[in-house]
Amino acid sequence: MNLRSSVDIITEWDIVAARQLGRNEAKDVGFGTVDQARITTAISELARNIYLYAGKGKIEIRQITDGNLKGLLVIASDKGPGIADVRKVMEDGYTTSGGLGAGLPGVKRLMDDFKIETVLGEGTTISASKLLR
Amino acid sequence: MPQEFKRQYREILEQYTQRQTEHNLYEGQNFSRQLIQKNISPEEVISIHKASLEELMPELPNNVWHSFDLLIEVMIRYGLALKEHQTLIKKQENFRMEMELASNVQQTLLKTKVPEMNSLDIGMISVPAKEMNGDYTHFLNDDTTVGIAVADVIGKGIPAALCMSMIKYGMDSLNGAETEPIVVLDVINRIVEKSVSDSMFISMFYGTYDTSTSVFTYASAGHEPPLFYCAKSNSFSELQAKGLLLGVIPNVKYEQHSISLGKDDFVVMMTDGVTECRSKEGFIDQKTVMDIIESVRDQSAQDMVEYVFHKLEELQEFEQRDDFTLVIFKKK
Repeated sequence: MNLRSSVDIITEWDIVAARQLGRNEAKDVGFGTVDQARITTAISELARNIYLYAGKGKIEIRQITDGNLKGLLVIASDKGPGIADVRKVMEDGYTTSGGLGAGLPGVKRLMDDFKIETVLGEGTTISASKLLR
Repeated sequence: MPQEFKRQYREILEQYTQRQTEHNLYEGQNFSRQLIQKNISPEEVISIHKASLEELMPELPNNVWHSFDLLIEVMIRYGLALKEHQTLIKKQENFRMEMELASNVQQTLLKTKVPEMNSLDIGMISVPAKEMNGDYTHFLNDDTTVGIAVADVIGKGIPAALCMSMIKYGMDSLNGAETEPIVVLDVINRIVEKSVSDSMFISMFYGTYDTSTSVFTYASAGHEPPLFYCAKSNSFSELQAKGLLLGVIPNVKYEQHSISLGKDDFVVMMTDGVTECRSKEGFIDQKTVMDIIESVRDQSAQDMVEYVFHKLEELQEFEQRDDFTLVIFKKK
């Protein structure tokens, strides 16, 4: 079993590859259809952010365990411009989202745990995980 | 996924696929109310539907099952949009409560007491269009003199209200009722000019009435001219006084005029919320406003302002567009 794998995000088609990887791993962990769809939507959103705002980056998928729960960790990293105002991008209704429920607040909702590290001019790393309950 | 919902839904679905009665559908609708209350998202509902169908009609072809997976994928964003919508509604509720608090703070801050004078009957009404009032009324008085300031910030809501607080502190710095109107406007103009952005305009009227001489002295900074009613000739005239709006330039020469009040004469001071009332047919003209005031000229000043407000409210079909302030000084 491949416990750790990643997809480089350079073109829009890589978003689909990242989704595919995420779905395979989610299935492998044992997530149901709804959670699979949630995880892939979160991956889509993260990969799309890389493609649109950083140009290129990487989506890494790891199977994790927490106690006796299994789960999935998605790490999106890029060396793009970084995010100047994290609080603002985490706000509902900000920019791209605007009532469509997407954006980073959407990712946070779809997953259980969400962390964001960003340095201006150096890049952004977002980790989001979901456990199988 | 809550097993209880799955069980209930399966039952409703089974009944409906067998009988197709309106009663079954009604049950389905009631069921959705529970789902919403428990925050069950649309994609989960489809998943419940799919799982129930799997138990009831396992023989369905594979492509039907696949189609549900696509539908679940499609509905994920509806679920997200719904959750976002719910948080935004909660946020809005918080804003509303904060506004209400702010409005209470403002009311306390800008409270002014209508003075009781021996030979002068005073009436005052000030009603904001939104939560916060952009109109300002302030009385200053001693035993013989009463000063009245009426100001209006061009604009409504919070920015206007914040501006008003500044005028209040300017007024508090003055030395009582006898300060001449042009001095008052000059002081306030300097304060406003220093502290307010160029896009904010405030008009202000200031008048003092001396009960010992029955003389009303006034000056205006681009404010709506008050109406003077002369009881002897039963006629209205405007009290004109030239002067630039507050805060435009630091040194403004304001004009000051005086008028003598006879028995039952009165002065009506107002903001443009009164003169720019609109009915379906367009602006309500000054003549109409004068007629309304004249029709109640025998009543007390307070009854007069309240009547005018209600009458104009009625003409506008109860849709108040601007902050509304009306003050009447009537010689007893």
